[in-house]
Amino acid sequence: MPGRGDHEGIFGPVQQAVVPGVTSGSAAKFRPGDPIFAALARASGVFVLLLLGSLIMSLFIGGIPAFRKFGLGFLVSTTWNPVKEVFGAGVSIYGTVMTAVLSMILAVPLAFGIAFYLTELAPAWLKRPVGTAVELLAAVPSIIYGMWGFFVIVPLMSQYVEPTLIDLFDGIPILEDMFAGPPFGTGIFTAALILTVMVVPFIAATMRDVFETVPPVFKESAYGLGCTTWEVMRSIVTPYTRVSVIGGIMLGFGRALGETMAVTFVIGNSSHISASLFSAGNTIASIVALEFPESPSGSLKLSALLALGFILFVISFIVLAISRTLLRPKLKV
Amino acid sequence: MNTTLSAVGGVPGPAKDIRVSRALGKRRHRINTMVKALCVLATALGMVLLGSILLTLIWRGASGLSLSVFTTVTKPPGSGGGLLNAIVGTLIQTVIGTAVGTPIGLMVGTYLAEYGHNSALANAVRFVSDVLLSAPSILIGLFVYQLAVEPFGGFSGAAGCMALAILVIPIVVRTTEDMLRLITPSLREAAIGLGAPKWKVIVLICYRAAMDGIVTGVLLAVARIAGETAPLLFTSLGNLNWSVSLDQPMASLPVTIYQYAGSAFDDWVQLAWVGALLITFGVLAINIVARLVLRRGK
Repeated sequence: MPGRGDHEGIFGPVQQAVVPGVTSGSAAKFRPGDPIFAALARASGVFVLLLLGSLIMSLFIGGIPAFRKFGLGFLVSTTWNPVKEVFGAGVSIYGTVMTAVLSMILAVPLAFGIAFYLTELAPAWLKRPVGTAVELLAAVPSIIYGMWGFFVIVPLMSQYVEPTLIDLFDGIPILEDMFAGPPFGTGIFTAALILTVMVVPFIAATMRDVFETVPPVFKESAYGLGCTTWEVMRSIVTPYTRVSVIGGIMLGFGRALGETMAVTFVIGNSSHISASLFSAGNTIASIVALEFPESPSGSLKLSALLALGFILFVISFIVLAISRTLLRPKLKV
Repeated sequence: MNTTLSAVGGVPGPAKDIRVSRALGKRRHRINTMVKALCVLATALGMVLLGSILLTLIWRGASGLSLSVFTTVTKPPGSGGGLLNAIVGTLIQTVIGTAVGTPIGLMVGTYLAEYGHNSALANAVRFVSDVLLSAPSILIGLFVYQLAVEPFGGFSGAAGCMALAILVIPIVVRTTEDMLRLITPSLREAAIGLGAPKWKVIVLICYRAAMDGIVTGVLLAVARIAGETAPLLFTSLGNLNWSVSLDQPMASLPVTIYQYAGSAFDDWVQLAWVGALLITFGVLAINIVARLVLRRGK
């Protein structure tokens, strides 16, 4: 404040309060600014609570007609027949969980590798560009992944990958059934691959941040004992960060569960469950996106879609809650 | 872990067979080299994927880039047409969504960092905001459909803005709270010592000190909502005609891309690639700017 006129400070007349003795009068004056601002801040906080509350309620209330008609059987029924107005969530729940779990199996090792590279292996000059590239990969809109998957990955899958895998596992029990059927290129397996590409950057970025919380002293002591980089990673860094790493994985899992556009492009959209991973299927998000335009307001079908939305919300809520509980102590994610 | 430690401890031991030690050491180094190679491979794969996406966009999209994309609205297949209404629609909805969501998010972040701290309410708000941050965006679309489309009898640009605003809030909350918490207490104490009321300390001192971080958060939010498709499918729906009216269905780039990419017409697919190119590079550019803003502050 020095250099300015006595009464021109950013706090205006309040400045007089600096001088002891003169202040008693102005301090007692009623200032409405503080209580108003505090109330506004608190109201915004409550607003967010209400927002999530009404989100859950609106999905649930919208789904009531479907829940009432089909009961608990809605959760497991694998029938989805808009003509006969019989709806079940079984196929979509299976597709949602299957694609998300498959993508996690593929994404976790990849993300671990990238995070390991970024924290321990990358030369200093590469750390930032590679780290930024990974974060940019996470920022690409999901519809772009959908287009890229549909026009680039699907042809690759149908021409090369799927025929090869089908030949490879031919004659081996179980695997033979998992990798069977005509290689259309679309289907659960391709959807899981696209999801993998989408969640790897998320998990890798979280893992990298978590790995960097390990106190250097721990790592240095291990190196001092003659440990190799991998041994430090396995015996020091991983145990130290295990809980948060799982939290990061759950965060990626939550994203994979609710991903809509990318999956819609490549999953093939079929309401049948098949043992083969190459067969078309659907997920909750994809069936909602695809069937919504043909669901007039007030119809039982729309109610079934809202009920599906409610189920998806419950699943992702649980996953996100676990992820947050695990991550909180180490990181704010 | 045990094998590792005994192997490490085994080397200097006098009684150990030197050949065993050497073999162990070789094995350890072989594993180390292998894992390192795999990690480099994983990172290279990530970079190849990013490259593949960007190159595909440029390769397929750049050939369709022309002035008419920006000057004509979407038209029936075979009759040319551009993306003007989609671009304008995305701009309108992104701007309004950000303008509505940012103040709310800012106030919530302020509440968490300056008032709530670790109270039960603040923890609940923090948790709920985190859930909103990662909740599937399609559910936000369904919610706004129930809230603002069905009761008012039609899809509208306003509903689209609302859905996007809901997506903005948690992003701004997170960055605002984090940035406000980074401010040193002495800065606040100095202002309070001058007799400033708390709200002036927050607005004039803390916001100013945290400005770079808050701007970064808003930019990241813009980048996120500009590319969102799922919440707009059920709210602003998309519109193949020129319309800037908020009570009518409104076009947007992502929804137009979605409609065109799945169509059977070559010129529509081509336009979808052009739109994809525009939206991706726009979003990535905003992301890079956001990072630069944050780095400038450090």
